[in-house]
Amino acid sequence: MNMLTDAAVEETLQSGSKPAASKMAGKDVTVHYGEKQALFGVNLEVPERQVMALIGPSGCGKSTFLRCLNRMNDTIDICRVGGSILLDGEDIYDPRIDVVELRARVGMVFQKPNPFPKSIYENVAYGPRIHGLASKKSEFDEVVETSLQKAGLFNEVKDRLQEPGTGLSGGQQQRLCIARAIAVSPEVILMDEPCSALDPIATAKVEELIDELRENYTIVIVTHSMQQAARVSQRTAMFHLGNLVEEGPTDKMFTNPDDKRTQDYITGRFG
Amino acid sequence: MGEHTVSSFDEELEHIDRLIRDMGDLSGAMTRASTNALLESDNALAQRVISDDAIMDAKQRELDERAITLIAKRQPMAQDLRSVVGAIRMASDLERIGDLAKNIAKRVGAVGQQGATPRSLAHSIDAMAGLVLHQVNAVVEQYVQRNADALIRLRDDDEKVDIQYTSVFRELLTYMMEDPRNITSCTHLLFCAKNLERIGDHVTNIAENAYYVMTGSQLPVQRPKLDETQMTVDAES
Repeated sequence: MNMLTDAAVEETLQSGSKPAASKMAGKDVTVHYGEKQALFGVNLEVPERQVMALIGPSGCGKSTFLRCLNRMNDTIDICRVGGSILLDGEDIYDPRIDVVELRARVGMVFQKPNPFPKSIYENVAYGPRIHGLASKKSEFDEVVETSLQKAGLFNEVKDRLQEPGTGLSGGQQQRLCIARAIAVSPEVILMDEPCSALDPIATAKVEELIDELRENYTIVIVTHSMQQAARVSQRTAMFHLGNLVEEGPTDKMFTNPDDKRTQDYITGRFG
Repeated sequence: MGEHTVSSFDEELEHIDRLIRDMGDLSGAMTRASTNALLESDNALAQRVISDDAIMDAKQRELDERAITLIAKRQPMAQDLRSVVGAIRMASDLERIGDLAKNIAKRVGAVGQQGATPRSLAHSIDAMAGLVLHQVNAVVEQYVQRNADALIRLRDDDEKVDIQYTSVFRELLTYMMEDPRNITSCTHLLFCAKNLERIGDHVTNIAENAYYVMTGSQLPVQRPKLDETQMTVDAES
């Protein structure tokens, strides 16, 4: 007879939802754009080799937080970041950190596919070239092929690697951008609404890709699609008005969230 | 809980909720009518229960269609998702309650043809029916009131139905041993009692589903479960 005690069941449930080791962590992160404060002391850990989804209504600070993770906000003059962001326990805002190297470790894919106005091959080879990761033609060939393979694009473009990347379809361009990000062997990939400009089939391919990439990379994705967050992520963080409202296992967040604001947002009651 | 930005979403959820309440009311009415028909040998009332079951089935089909359409159209999340999935499951239990009441109603004729009146044979069926009816009505009411705590008590109260069933079983067994001419009637009554006991189990399922819809957590697996008729049979065989 099956005599599982409540305590045993509870334990099983909890071990299933325990966060993995943290790859990146935000500690008391604040962001100001000039006078306007966009983030108010966010504490959030990004578990290693998992997909974390950041959700919340427009202007809630989720993209701002994402852009802190590879110091993308440095490019905005009026932006000030407080608190600390750790990558493997090291503060990435430390003045000794080389930002170019940091962005190779923490890659990014944007909302609209933005391939360089170069050939498909060059789009992928560019990163390894400037970071000196390859020198011989054969090495470049290999990194281009494996990156395109990992991005699930190689078979579609292998016969036209010298054609311009901008000639691909939207979904292919986005996967090219993912291949470009992968080419420099990042540890973390940040994605800012990577599918919002794609049709459902291209979206499905990118989502499938995200699921495969999770084996080797830590992924943080900002998305406005609740279903997408529910499908691709293991953990979900909900932002509202510059605050982190709630963070937890995705399954729980979308069936039984703790916070009323999360509940209201994901069920379409405001936002 | 506030309203959805899209108000037709609220209307669709409200409609599904209304169907659950309708089916709940109907299941209570069918349970009451079928047991009354049995105890009073009222064939006309029994026929009404049998025809009511068609209404119950139609309502369940309507609910299923609306729920599926809502999921396809709205992709509900969190408590919306729980309430839609919960509604589908509760509707299926309510529909089964309707079937069981219909089954009791169908036996009214068969029991009535025998010499002894059912009432003289089944004192405790009366009490059991009252208890089950109370359970059916209460689960619907507590669902409408969104009273999760009351649902836990209601689920635990199913034990009382099981105890009643054991006592009906023993009583009918005694009548059959006293006079073999009672065997046909008593066997039919035994099926009726078993149906009432099954209705109690469906009430338990509904209580569990309703609790999940309201709270997002499942009630613990264990609950008191007593079917001494099983032991009686074992002991006597």
